[in-house]
Amino acid sequence: MNKPVRDAMKAIFNESGIEIKPLYTATDVESSGGVTMVGEPGAYPFTRGIHRLMYRKQPWTMRQYAGFGNPHETNKRFRYLIANGNTGLNVAFDLPTQCGMDSDDPIAEGEVGRVGMSVDTLRDFEIAFDGIDLAKITVSLTINGAAAILIAMYLALAEKRGYDLKQLRGTAQNDILKEFIGRGTWIYPVEPSIKLVGDTIEYCAQHAPKYTPVSVCGYHIRESGATPAQEMAYAFCIAKAYADEALKRGLHIDEFAGRLSYNFNIFGNIFEQVCKFRAGRGLWAKIMKEEYGAENPGSMWMRMIAAGGGGGLTFEQPEVNIVRGAYYALISALSGTQTMALCSFDEAYTIPTEYSARISLRTMQLLIEEMGLTETVDPLAGSYYVETLTNQMRRKMEEIMAETDAEGGIVKLISEGLVQSKVSAQAYQMQRDIESGKFRKVGVNCYRNEKEDEHPIEFHPYADDDARVQIESLNRVREERDADAVAAALTQLRGDADAGRNVMPALMRAVKAYATVGEMTQELVKVYGRYREPVRF
Amino acid sequence: MITAKHIRVLLAKPGLDGHDQGAKIVVRAMMNAGFEVIYTGLRQTPEQITRIALQEDVDVIALSSMAGSHLPFCRKLRPLLEAAGLGDKLWMIGGNLPAQDHEELRRLGFVGIFPTGSRLDDITQYVREKVQ
Repeated sequence: MNKPVRDAMKAIFNESGIEIKPLYTATDVESSGGVTMVGEPGAYPFTRGIHRLMYRKQPWTMRQYAGFGNPHETNKRFRYLIANGNTGLNVAFDLPTQCGMDSDDPIAEGEVGRVGMSVDTLRDFEIAFDGIDLAKITVSLTINGAAAILIAMYLALAEKRGYDLKQLRGTAQNDILKEFIGRGTWIYPVEPSIKLVGDTIEYCAQHAPKYTPVSVCGYHIRESGATPAQEMAYAFCIAKAYADEALKRGLHIDEFAGRLSYNFNIFGNIFEQVCKFRAGRGLWAKIMKEEYGAENPGSMWMRMIAAGGGGGLTFEQPEVNIVRGAYYALISALSGTQTMALCSFDEAYTIPTEYSARISLRTMQLLIEEMGLTETVDPLAGSYYVETLTNQMRRKMEEIMAETDAEGGIVKLISEGLVQSKVSAQAYQMQRDIESGKFRKVGVNCYRNEKEDEHPIEFHPYADDDARVQIESLNRVREERDADAVAAALTQLRGDADAGRNVMPALMRAVKAYATVGEMTQELVKVYGRYREPVRF
Repeated sequence: MITAKHIRVLLAKPGLDGHDQGAKIVVRAMMNAGFEVIYTGLRQTPEQITRIALQEDVDVIALSSMAGSHLPFCRKLRPLLEAAGLGDKLWMIGGNLPAQDHEELRRLGFVGIFPTGSRLDDITQYVREKVQ
């Protein structure tokens, strides 16, 4: 039976565990904390948005995630997306690159260019970004374990092409702590991994002050089973760990906090999501101002990409994901995000085709051009429900953060596998709830198709040939480069790592000499060792 | 409850794929079904999986693959498992496995195939039936 029997008085809780009432009034707003945290857009505490005019002045950046095969193939997709209105790039790297391996590493066999673009040396970046104006299109690098190396590579590319690093914008994901919870492209143990994030923040603050070296991701923690409130609370705990690391270097909070950004998920209940973002913005501003003594408003901004929604999309009836994606884009627009990207409808199956990626782009463009989402700032403000829930979500996040600190802090909990265990237990319960029909998913546990086999899915082909071309290209670079310069740079890298110095200058030298991702990673592994995953259930 | 046999399962994450949410859900489902589960964590090579399967004397060798490299990986793993005398164990695989690859996976010996959308109880039921 598909139609649920409704009991209007039955208690309903959102995923974050907050009870949702059938009606909200001014009394609810008052009893949940009033409107003291609402304020005005562009002013502390920024609940309503980090800019005064928001999308009226500039719509969100559209930054579809893309990359596959070798850099030539990826360059073509980049150009296609830009021609269709993508206003930023979000680079997907293959797993060998993400794990710090060269394309000819025996362990990389079968994985080169499969889930993203393969990168071995600076030569690959030169090809991938050929013909793309790095001053006009901001590039986001979805790279974590190997982030310091790839940031150095990107800065070296920009320098080589004549851009002024002081003006260069762009983002690296570079959030290693969440990789230990979900996503899994770690390389080194926890402590040196945090040290490397600190190196990138420090180096960028000094040499590329407009570049965003870290995008802290609640996104993947949510995908791993966290509630929306946990997603944001854990992300803030992680961001604080990076800020603390940067402060240890003697930087002032205002020298780098404005260049920290966030990446959050957008699937789930519309109101819970929108209130999560409004609540988070106020809370982060308060943390930066009151705990860290930030004075520059930019340091208090929760700048973000609100994107994806992969965890909410379904394998069943994939074409319905186009509609889900449209609602997720609506959530993203109502949340006051700076950047948006959508998972494409076929992503439970394959890498998006040009066709499905274009539908995602059009979905976001519809909101700008037809639906009036850019005309008024924070249009849901003042709703009794939205303001009450925003207050409640903020309190929930504060509780989770306090709990995390009381249990020894996020770094300790991640190192011991405790956050991983908690969210994975929740993911298990959610799967059980979906299978039992308690948590309803259209097409999965209700409104199923009689037959579930005809899908309009075109599989992205994996070309073994791309890997062969990539390895040949890598070998050519190895032959052409100055071997002594590479060796000297790698020696400096190891020495600097060993001495606890910032490794970014040595990485810059090494990438410019066309050292490979694998070579640089190996040097760092010699000093830092490798991460060993704690397995806890 | 009397169980005829205590079932031991090795659940491995092959290759470089970091998506472990599904694997961990299946581990919990199997533990709750009363199986003893050895979960390897991420980044296992064919050699490592073979060694652990031997050492732990498991009845089931299960892989979870989300990032598309299941066929090349299973082609490398199969001869190692056979050479180690593990050909009589139950070989399973779950994850993002396009329907057009199922026949090849079966041919390689991975007879228990549970793609995205599979139900947890179906997985544990299958193991019980095949191993008992």
